[in-house]
Amino acid sequence: MLHYHFNFGLIWQHFDKLDWGLVVSLELTLAAVAVSTVLGLAFAVAHVSGGRGVRALVAGYVECIRNIPLLLLVYLVFYGVPTIVNLQYSAMTSFIVTLSLYYAAYLVEVFRAGLLAVARGMQDAGKAIGMTAWQRLVHVRLPIMFRIVLPSLSNTYVSLFKDTAIASVLAVPELTYGAQWINNNTFRVIEVWSVAAPMYVVTGYAILFLLRRFERIYAMR
Amino acid sequence: MNFAHVLFEAAPSLWRGLEVTVEVSAVSVSFALVAGLLFGTALAYGPILLRLPIRAVVDVVRGIPVLVLIFFVYYVGPAAGLELGSFSAAILALSLFSACQVAEITRGAIISVHHGQMEAARAVGLTFRQCLVSVIFPQALRRFLPPWINSVTDTVKGSALVSLLGIVDLMLAIQQVIGRTYRPMPFYVLGALIYLCINYALSSASRRLEAHFAYVRD
Amino acid sequence: MTEPIVRMAEVGKSFGATRVLDNVDLSVGRGEVVTIIGPSGSGKTTLLRCINALETYDSGSIRIDGVEVGFRDGDSRRRPRRDRELAQIRAATGMVFQLFYLFPHLTAVENVMLGLRKVRRMGRAEARERAMRWLERVGLADRAGNLPSQLSGGQQQRVGIARAVAMEPKMLLLDEITSALDPELVGEVLAVVRSLAADGMTMLVVTHEMAFAREVSDRVAFMDGGRVIQEGDPESVLRRPASERLRAFLSRIG
Repeated sequence: MLHYHFNFGLIWQHFDKLDWGLVVSLELTLAAVAVSTVLGLAFAVAHVSGGRGVRALVAGYVECIRNIPLLLLVYLVFYGVPTIVNLQYSAMTSFIVTLSLYYAAYLVEVFRAGLLAVARGMQDAGKAIGMTAWQRLVHVRLPIMFRIVLPSLSNTYVSLFKDTAIASVLAVPELTYGAQWINNNTFRVIEVWSVAAPMYVVTGYAILFLLRRFERIYAMR
Repeated sequence: MNFAHVLFEAAPSLWRGLEVTVEVSAVSVSFALVAGLLFGTALAYGPILLRLPIRAVVDVVRGIPVLVLIFFVYYVGPAAGLELGSFSAAILALSLFSACQVAEITRGAIISVHHGQMEAARAVGLTFRQCLVSVIFPQALRRFLPPWINSVTDTVKGSALVSLLGIVDLMLAIQQVIGRTYRPMPFYVLGALIYLCINYALSSASRRLEAHFAYVRD
Repeated sequence: MTEPIVRMAEVGKSFGATRVLDNVDLSVGRGEVVTIIGPSGSGKTTLLRCINALETYDSGSIRIDGVEVGFRDGDSRRRPRRDRELAQIRAATGMVFQLFYLFPHLTAVENVMLGLRKVRRMGRAEARERAMRWLERVGLADRAGNLPSQLSGGQQQRVGIARAVAMEPKMLLLDEITSALDPELVGEVLAVVRSLAADGMTMLVVTHEMAFAREVSDRVAFMDGGRVIQEGDPESVLRRPASERLRAFLSRIG
């Protein structure tokens, strides 16, 4: 501590890298939340309603994704896939796709458990008034399921937000990348990480707080 | 050059990387287990003056992405006077992150044991330590093990991030091999398979444990 | 003699080695109230649930207004009906459940409106108007905006009845609708059923409430072990039981 001269001034000078970085992190989060939720929901419904083949496919997908590091998947999608498929995409797109695929696997489990927790009687009541399977899914089972899984969903989304930090390895200009830039160009190591880390903590808890408010209105009444 | 030949040449590097990954993971898991059990027990039973700071540390650490925590420890540690090489920094960060997870799991497992158990044990005349060891912990165990094994797989996955500090673990070894051989997909897939094997073995153990304990009625 | 709304002939169902329904013959005519009584496990709830295809039956025939419920008409191979066909058949019957099964995420009026909007394809205003009328009919117009969790058991069940009758079904299936209610709440539900019967609603009722059965039914059927043991008007079945099993059952019920 004795040999270190604090200089927060340099941090504020380059603060745009951090605050705009946070904005990018949130953009990544929003995009990945949207895509992974749709995917996870689709796979979960397929698993619960489908035959043995579909169930095996979904289970296989979930097992494979959940047991490998996100970093590996990020590299695989960005560096590996373009070598076998004739596609080109930006680092940001690549990361959003990867993060979505990764979290879809987690969300499948959340949604599956939620769907199974919807009481059988609800299905019977829906059938009794003449609803088709699709109508029962959309108007009865999914609305009830969402209210049941809201707490788990909130936690998963906050985790997703934290994992956007890994986008820095692809030089996506989010918060961690901004902090690394400041770190490497100003050598204000203590200051930059002492600002960047709390930014994650505060934002993460703010998101959680907002989601809990939402929960209180809608969660399983 | 067919792939079998390339793989054969790369195998030693990959093996060394795997050893590093296992080493980093194992050490972190061990530290985290000890620290996490202590913190978690303190959170469940400790006086408020002990609970509050631990709660604060746990909540803050869990709110930071693992990657940022690793960088924080790696850069801020030495500047603050700690002698930390990249290896030590990585293990410290990973252990800290995992310890906070384990603390939460421990706390959850302990409070899931009905408080009547503690009362009954005290009534028999056991000391606090005896209560914990003979009555509470054995019952908390079944609520502890499955999520703990999940946190172990999280640590193994998190260990891949130490490659960004230049530590040649499996992740970095794969990238180095790809850099030499220009065959990204086969080696990324191979790496995925290796991580998959390790973690799948762990999560199968977790599932079997959950089934084993299922006979106990809640 | 007009064609009965529901005609069940030689209906059979096995579950593993157990014969849950064994050659059941029963019909319900237009405007009739038929009550089924019997010990638990006698198959009465299963029979009811076969009528609106919540359960399948292995053999025999269940026809609603001439249409076979479980299997394709005119099909010698007896292929089961598809979901869409079943949905249409179910829309013509209404069921009220022992455990109410109200949709927890919808208010009382929304519970009644759901079928009207999605199955009958009514517009929102029209559906709400009809739903409110039926809620008034069951005495719960002032609770229209309440969620099921804010209603008592008796109130929830009355909403359940409104939900079923708002669809204007050909007949109502009532499955032990007061068994899960506290005794003091049973009366308000039975009052609604009584008034529906008085208005000519066709009903098939499974119940333990003997006094109610005697008062409201046109016919009573006693089931035991998957078969209909005795059937007839309430006086003869309940006051002059012909079989030993029925006598034993009635003395237990008291």
